[in-house]
Amino acid sequence: MSSRLFESQRYMRDRLRSALRRGVVGVIDIGSSKISCLILKVDVERLDAHRADGLGAQGGLDALRAIGFSSTRSRGVSMGEIAVMDETERGIRTVLAQAQKHANQRVDQVIVSIAGGQPRSYGVSGEVGVANGEVSAMDIGAALAACDMPSFGEGRDVIHAQPVNFTLDHRTGLADPRGQVGARLSVDMHMLTVSHAAIRNIAHVVKRCDLDLAGVAVSPYASGLSALVEDEMELGAACVDMGAETTSVSVFLKRHMIFADMVRLGGQHITQDIAQAFAAPVEDAERTKTLHGELQATGMDDREMLELRRIGADREYERRQISRTELIGVIRPRVEEILEDVRASLDAAGFEYLPSQRVVLTGGTSQMPGMEDLASRILGRQVRIGRPLRIQGLPLPATAAPFSATVGLAAYAARPQDECWDFDLPARHGPLRLRRAMRWFKENW
Amino acid sequence: MQPLIAERDTPPPAPAPAPAPKVKRDPAPSRIRYRLGRLWLRPWVRAAVRIWIPTLVLGGTGWLLFSQPETRAAIDSVYAKAVDAVRERREFRLVGMSITGASEPLKAQIAEAVGVAFPVSSLDLDLGQVRERVEALAAVREARVSVVGENVLSLNVIEQQPAAILRDGADLVLLDTEGHRIAQIAERGVRADLPLLLGTGAERSVPEALALLRIARPIVGRLRGFVRVGERRWDIVLDRGQRIMLPEKGALSALERVIALQQAEDLLSRDATRIDLRDGDRPVLRLTPYAIGEMTRQREPEPQGEET
Ligand SMILES: Nc1ncnc2c1ncn2[C@@H]1O[C@H](COP(=O)(O)OP(=O)(O)OP(=O)(O)O)[C@@H](O)[C@H]1O
Ligand SMILES: [Mg+2]
Repeated sequence: MSSRLFESQRYMRDRLRSALRRGVVGVIDIGSSKISCLILKVDVERLDAHRADGLGAQGGLDALRAIGFSSTRSRGVSMGEIAVMDETERGIRTVLAQAQKHANQRVDQVIVSIAGGQPRSYGVSGEVGVANGEVSAMDIGAALAACDMPSFGEGRDVIHAQPVNFTLDHRTGLADPRGQVGARLSVDMHMLTVSHAAIRNIAHVVKRCDLDLAGVAVSPYASGLSALVEDEMELGAACVDMGAETTSVSVFLKRHMIFADMVRLGGQHITQDIAQAFAAPVEDAERTKTLHGELQATGMDDREMLELRRIGADREYERRQISRTELIGVIRPRVEEILEDVRASLDAAGFEYLPSQRVVLTGGTSQMPGMEDLASRILGRQVRIGRPLRIQGLPLPATAAPFSATVGLAAYAARPQDECWDFDLPARHGPLRLRRAMRWFKENW
Repeated sequence: MQPLIAERDTPPPAPAPAPAPKVKRDPAPSRIRYRLGRLWLRPWVRAAVRIWIPTLVLGGTGWLLFSQPETRAAIDSVYAKAVDAVRERREFRLVGMSITGASEPLKAQIAEAVGVAFPVSSLDLDLGQVRERVEALAAVREARVSVVGENVLSLNVIEQQPAAILRDGADLVLLDTEGHRIAQIAERGVRADLPLLLGTGAERSVPEALALLRIARPIVGRLRGFVRVGERRWDIVLDRGQRIMLPEKGALSALERVIALQQAEDLLSRDATRIDLRDGDRPVLRLTPYAIGEMTRQREPEPQGEET
């Protein structure tokens, strides 16, 4: 385990903390179909009170208050990654200006979600002997340092690295082993890497908007934080955020994310299927999908006709009738494909070994009628549709499923960041550390 | 270390075809607008733009303009013209003056005191000042000044009521109850109803004289005047050369006693030229020479008469 990881984690943590300390922070979710922004007022004292509660305690959300919200169509983002910098910048400017107007408050620090970047999850562990019989912060630091670093490959950055479980001798499932007596301490850590280019682009676009990047979180993590309820997070659950061009999966256990993955399929593909199948313009296909799209055919659907424009000869539009059954026939295979991929991803993560295996669907595409049934059939688990949890002052539109990631970023901000990274690395001190961290950050972001 | 993620045999689907050539971009604030908007949200910028800059600009231009004499002169003349235009309006023109509540001679006096040459604009006229000027006249107790409908300055005057006449050298002067001079009169007979006061300092003790007059009402027919003696005390002069000499203090009670004696014993009909009350305890009478003779004749042994 490199000390660089310590430094970068600590640096990100400090950045976020100092942004929160200013009292106002913005969160921006850069999705493939929409960019949305939420401006949060932070009650610093409350937040600190929650932090003092201890490691891993969830909550702190009541220290936040949404004072501005705005969302706009996103152009220039594909597969959750910034494809056209200029368009994305314009989108961010639009939402931020609107939300600021709404809040009547300027924001300079923003937390941004990254939807693409091919997240890769690693579970790593490290084991050390406890130095003095009683576990100290030093021992935790040593255990973290003892984790063997997987080879990420070229051009990848660790974006989240969280100790999720401590084992002291034969007792496992400890959240904070400090002060306990034992001989051997081992830590399980979840690490998530994303492509360096994706983060760089986000840092760049934020800079171009005259903003300060206070933090980055992958959107499956954010969605999970806001769509799962406490018990689900504790006992084990998966959050599936079905977006426009990505479907992301995150698995939580003991209030920690232990796995995240992304399927590069989403609602937009359904729309394209419809457009192709009926030779309809994309906008019409999108409208038909959101208004009439369904997954479960009933006997009535044969007779129910929908009107759809169709691109005919000479680019003239002509009207044409399709039955709902036909529409379902187009949508369903694609949704099945998406859900199959989700299942494959969950299986690879070992989801079946979790004590509880609830699946929570969220994101725009999860709003399609019949999704719950189809998902529970394909995934073979209990499924519910999750909406973002409520934070104070959240306007009604922001409580819909597509905004899980946005609201989740607020939850991410309020969540006590892992203080484990503050524990010193054994035998590595010195004033060099901060400077090196800064350099690392500058080089990379 | 293996990634937990499944290897997929199906390659990811081709990314969505790029959106058709941009027909219309979504509206977005331009970079400059965005920056200005954010700047505007800074409280100090707002304060500066809304308060400080306007104040400075206005103050600066104002100061620049006023610091140049030509502009100031121009402004002054424009202002003066405007004021004149208003002043000369018919609504404000006063063509005359009506005085009520004053006698004819006083009216003339008041007209002189007001000293306004009609026609005049009511804007130029300080009614308060006019009132003060009129009230400064001794004969005027109170004056009400107003401009009434038909462009007329109206003065309603309440005259000062004279209470006594003072002989000051050769002049006869009317005094009010406080001793203020009101007007001169030609002869005593004009105001025969008023008591005549004489002597130095008489006008300063008018209230006392008037009080004495009230007590002396029973003998008012015989009263000729009050003489202030040595600026200290009063003598009351009656006809037939009689004189009541009152003390400095307790003049009123002394006079009351004389009146009582007069009513009981007809004191004043006696042949006394002076009734001297200056010695508080007893009145001293000075008799006429004829009366002295009579008395010595009647009461042999007594050389000079003293009677209680
Ligand atoms: N009622 C609905 N029924 C079916 N699909 C819907 C409905 N409402 C929205 N969608 C689809 O949801 C998608 C948008 O979802 P969402 O806003 O979660 O995506 P995103 O966050 O912008 O994209 P991503 O997370 O993939 O980057 C669109 O493709 C839209 O067609
Ligand atoms: Mg999303």
